[in-house]
Amino acid sequence: MTALPDAGQLVALERTEESLAAAPPRPGRRGSSPLVRVGLGVLLTGLSVLFVYPFVWLVSASLKPRENVFDNSLLPHPVQVENFATVWQAAPLLRWIANSAFVGVAAALSVTLSSAIVAFGFAYFRFPARNALFGLVLGTMMLPAVVTLVPTYLVWHSLHLTNTQVPLWGQNLFGSAFYIFLLRQFFLSLPRELFDAARVDGCNYLGMFWRIALPLSKPALIITFIFELRASWTDLVKPLVYLQNPSLYTLPRGLKAVLDQFGQGGELKWEIVLAASVVATVPMIVVFLLAQRHFVEGIATTGRKG
Amino acid sequence: MTAETAAVVRPARLAAWRRRETRWAYLFLLPWIVGFLVFTLGPMIASLVLSFTSYDVLSSPSFVGLDNYREVMSDPAVARSLGNTVFYTALHVPLAMTLSMGLALLLNRLGRRSSGFFRTVFYLPVMTPPVAVGVLFLLLLNGQTGLINAALGLFGVQGPNWTTDPAWIKPGIVILSLWSLGSTVVIYLAALRNVPEELYEAAKVDGTNARQRFRHVTLPQVSGAVFFTLIVNTIASLQMFTEVYTMYFGNKQTQSGSSDAALFYVIYLFQQAFQFLHMGYASSLAWLLFVVILVITVVQVRVAKRFVYYESENS
Repeated sequence: MTALPDAGQLVALERTEESLAAAPPRPGRRGSSPLVRVGLGVLLTGLSVLFVYPFVWLVSASLKPRENVFDNSLLPHPVQVENFATVWQAAPLLRWIANSAFVGVAAALSVTLSSAIVAFGFAYFRFPARNALFGLVLGTMMLPAVVTLVPTYLVWHSLHLTNTQVPLWGQNLFGSAFYIFLLRQFFLSLPRELFDAARVDGCNYLGMFWRIALPLSKPALIITFIFELRASWTDLVKPLVYLQNPSLYTLPRGLKAVLDQFGQGGELKWEIVLAASVVATVPMIVVFLLAQRHFVEGIATTGRKG
Repeated sequence: MTAETAAVVRPARLAAWRRRETRWAYLFLLPWIVGFLVFTLGPMIASLVLSFTSYDVLSSPSFVGLDNYREVMSDPAVARSLGNTVFYTALHVPLAMTLSMGLALLLNRLGRRSSGFFRTVFYLPVMTPPVAVGVLFLLLLNGQTGLINAALGLFGVQGPNWTTDPAWIKPGIVILSLWSLGSTVVIYLAALRNVPEELYEAAKVDGTNARQRFRHVTLPQVSGAVFFTLIVNTIASLQMFTEVYTMYFGNKQTQSGSSDAALFYVIYLFQQAFQFLHMGYASSLAWLLFVVILVITVVQVRVAKRFVYYESENS
């Protein structure tokens, strides 16, 4: 609903990796005794179980026959893999995955490119009202998304684009405040001489952006892409507002429909709902685990450059 | 670059070059300018205008003056949903911040590799779609068969009916929300890593104990991060929608049962706008929430000014 928490995550991840890359490792810092460290490890492992167990429960329950879904046992017995086949027949899951993938990639790609273009404008050029305009960009970050929900719907409605997937990513063609901020910071850290040299070689502004700024900013571009992909993949509000036709649904909207049909107040086939939840959850977990390395590598590289 | 170039280029050519550069700059800025006008400034003005009208999308809006705002004031659902939302925010924000700080302090005592592992673990729920989180906790919080009450049972505690008892629905939602506090943990950990080690050593030389060091060294040093998360978490909590909507709304049968205790403000706004097509009324609801968020944020900024420590004040 708001741009801010995502922004927070972005800052956080970036800052953490940065400080991790910069700071020397601090094993057992401030002279903790081995006993304290073991205690710490045990405590954190216990806490981790609290965070991971719901995932384990979800996967386990999704593999149980209907009457066992609520037995809270760690291992499903008997294992019923057919739940995943059943959910495939009960709902157009493949269609929804394809929709989510398309919308997610369109949203991430368009916001990355457009934000980079705008960020380059703010980072490279000197022009009247630059700081005032940049302040305005930052100001829009503080605006609660709810305020513009209704009129934004009316904009898409007047363009006859409701009940299409365009409103789910179309706004991203115009850049997004936080990513503009992030990428501008990154562009500012690039050495100015690179651009001056390119100019001497007869490169115009478009060339500087496309051939110098973009290739050197891969880490920041990847972070932008991944975070927007996550935001798009997990969003329910926009699909709920704009999509009526189930064949256009993205995964979260589809999962909500599955819950309403098979879950509470429906047919009480919870194993189907749970299998669909697993399908909706796993891709982003995989993306995150793969992307984490990118964050670390990326920020470490720039750390060395600066 | 400009300084050197300016020295050798004649003023007239310089001015032409400046104009050219300005044109190019605005060309790069064009996407954002268009987007700002069409999707931010335009909608905000439209929203304000609409809030003084009755509009159902099908027929054109009719001006009703302050009627919408009068209705907002007397609508019991507005008071109830605002109350629910503020109640949730008042529970969620301090709990999430305290627990996150606790976890971050623990992680900060570990080496880089192992803290990275645990940080990933705490962050995984953030990557989970909120709809899936809603589904999951609908079952985990179930009063009869849920895992949470089963765990409480191990300690001899008879857990409440989290998902059906109106008194316990919001505390249940707070439990759900605390599962996804990973991003706050990550922010605090980043801040803690940046506290200079020398400060702790100096404080130790002064004969302070661990609690004094936390109170007088750590806390001022990370107060900027604490302030940031306070603002961000408050604004997000006041707009809580997806998990609650997933669990208690959108399905006629479940909606009738628990909707009063789970009616959050943005859910009510969503219903008014997109189920009943009361676009004018929904716009006035949006502006009320905007004002509420603005007032709370300004108060937080004012109060924080007295507590937040900035490096620059010292140098």
